[in-house]
Amino acid sequence: MRPLFKTLPPLDPNAEKESPVLSYPRFLIHVISRATDGGFRFYALMTLLTAVALVGANAWANQLKDGMAITGMTDHVSWGLYIANFTFGVGLAAGAVMMVIPAYLYRSRDMYDVVIVGEILAIAAIIVCTLFISVDMGRPDRLWHIIPGLGRFNWPISMLTWDVIVLNGYLVINLHVAGYLIYMRFLGRRPDKRWYVPFVFLSIFWAVSIHTVTAFLYSGLGGRPFWNSALLAPRFIASAFITGPVFVILLLQALRKFGNVRVGFGAITRLYRIAKITVLVNLFMFGSELFTALYSGGAHASTVQYLFFGLHGNTALVPWIWTGLGLNIASALLLHLPATRAGNIYLLNIACIAAFCGVWIEKGMGLIIPGFVPSTLHEIVEYQPTLTEWRITAGVWAFGFMILLIGLKIAQPVMTGAIRAREEEDKENNPEGRRRRVSERFTEAFGAAPDKEV
Amino acid sequence: MSEKPKRRVALKVLGATLGAGAFARAMAPLASWSKDLSMGEFLQKHYSEMTPDEMNTVMRRLESNTKRDYGRDVNIRDIRPSEGVEFGYALNLSVCIGCRKCAEACHNENNHDRRTNNSYIRVLEMEQGSFDMEKGNATYTHAVPAAGKYYMPVQCQQCSNPPCVNVCPVQATWKEPDGIVVVDYNWCIGCRYCEAACPYHARRFNWTKPEIPAEEINPDQAYLSNRIRPQGVMEKCTFCLHRTREGRLPACLEACPTGARVFGNMLDPNSEIRWVLANKRVFVLKEDLGTDPRFFYFFDE
Repeated sequence: MRPLFKTLPPLDPNAEKESPVLSYPRFLIHVISRATDGGFRFYALMTLLTAVALVGANAWANQLKDGMAITGMTDHVSWGLYIANFTFGVGLAAGAVMMVIPAYLYRSRDMYDVVIVGEILAIAAIIVCTLFISVDMGRPDRLWHIIPGLGRFNWPISMLTWDVIVLNGYLVINLHVAGYLIYMRFLGRRPDKRWYVPFVFLSIFWAVSIHTVTAFLYSGLGGRPFWNSALLAPRFIASAFITGPVFVILLLQALRKFGNVRVGFGAITRLYRIAKITVLVNLFMFGSELFTALYSGGAHASTVQYLFFGLHGNTALVPWIWTGLGLNIASALLLHLPATRAGNIYLLNIACIAAFCGVWIEKGMGLIIPGFVPSTLHEIVEYQPTLTEWRITAGVWAFGFMILLIGLKIAQPVMTGAIRAREEEDKENNPEGRRRRVSERFTEAFGAAPDKEV
Repeated sequence: MSEKPKRRVALKVLGATLGAGAFARAMAPLASWSKDLSMGEFLQKHYSEMTPDEMNTVMRRLESNTKRDYGRDVNIRDIRPSEGVEFGYALNLSVCIGCRKCAEACHNENNHDRRTNNSYIRVLEMEQGSFDMEKGNATYTHAVPAAGKYYMPVQCQQCSNPPCVNVCPVQATWKEPDGIVVVDYNWCIGCRYCEAACPYHARRFNWTKPEIPAEEINPDQAYLSNRIRPQGVMEKCTFCLHRTREGRLPACLEACPTGARVFGNMLDPNSEIRWVLANKRVFVLKEDLGTDPRFFYFFDE
């Protein structure tokens, strides 16, 4: 067995000698101080994110007071920007952990670096999802009605109860894995595989389940032809495999640049290879849906027509979907350009941003709103998010970013340990090996790796 | 401890204090939202779990809230379904003229929000010779009946297999033994999944607190039907159960000037609804979805 995580000196010198009862509280204090310590850039960014989150919190408080009439939603389009972002967020959460598959199933050493990044991104994304559901609720004061045992949990018939189970379960699993690895690093012990490997495997299966169940929320509704498609769940999974990798590619570079973490380019290369395939699969499935809808006609076609070309002069979604489709196609082209494959990191980054935004539109506004237009009685009522909705949405994402940043900050010693273990192993086994060559392309584009640590 | 970490801790404390202050300020609107919320309301149990005494307390509280918020004395009752009754509704499309008197009667009977002119009934103006709702229009403003058109009022179909009930995560909506699908407005969390699931656009959300002048409020109210709904919860047609469970007819039927509407107990072999079902070629909307409605349509000729 290769050492997945290297044993490094404990961050707390007394930890070895004491019982967990004494060391755990100190661990928590350590975590809090790590989370709140940083340079000027860190404080500036956190202040900015806090400000945006507070604007969102204020908008939400006003929405509760005045009612959701101050959103753009109506009885015709009864879900909007919040549920669109929720759906996208579930994909991000699922995709983040599915990145762990190559590390464990294919024993890809490069990917060990990003295991904890994936877990922490999943935690942040799930919290974002939960918040989007909460701000969409008319009566958040009655949230306890959905707690099994306390309220009345309509399980198993309501798909929403399944979603509650899988999303919360996913959060707990990822909190456990990330928390355990960080705690072991704090104690300076090598993590016991029995305590995290089974949970990592569980989280991989669970990642598939959260996005499948979320797709079933929509595809199970017979009255909504646009969603009532067996292809919805596979499409969700395919797009999760886009958002996860492209976001982590960008994140790893940011960590390298600003976080002093020597992330291997092998991980970026592997993620790039995944995204290269999934953008095409996603476009193919999207095209299949369009063909079925437009060729056979009927209620399904009128929705697609509304989405792409507008219906009876109603064109609110047309700019959205063409932008989304354009970004998706552009990202597919960019990812397959010879220059990108040769290691042009700027092209790769542009492609990643395009893919991320493209899926955000396609899986968000481009999926939720057309489910309601035309309505079940074939009325056409359009939807445009109001300023309140944009504020709340920005606030939730800002809060999610804060969690991600803090999580990564706390996990930095774990990453460093894993990376050092891999680097030493590389030196021993494979000094000038073939496996490194692919990643060297990216290394060249980046310049020399920084060698100082923490 | 050196000078620098001390300063850093001081800055952290200052930052946290400022943050907490800003958060309190951002959340200030919640104060006026929560002042209407009592502990009793927060902890109120599900309709099916309340004892008669608890139910009574809740209804008296709702009455006094209505008095406080709307300035009107109302009477809220809990009327239960009767044995041997399953309601059915049929509508004669040949005689409906699209006057929307039914929608108006619903608006008044069920204490709907006045600003939005809400009603549980939408009347579609359909094109003669087509059953395609896409060619229909629910927002017509011209004189009726118009040439070449027929009219199809749509309200809750009180499905025997209701998708809205299946999807509700908290069992805030369910089918009663007499076939009426109801909502516990004090249990609904306002997720609007049922509104997305309903194939008939039968459900409505209270996007804001309903606004009704005191003199226009219908004081004859039931817990599960026409009492004034709170903000942020779902509502729907209940076949006017506060009337029909006591032997009266739905408000929409009484208001219909053409006699297009037929309502009754489907388990009573001598009822008018049974006669219609036996002698008219009735159909239901979107039968292919398997919702099995209790609302039937028919043409005379």
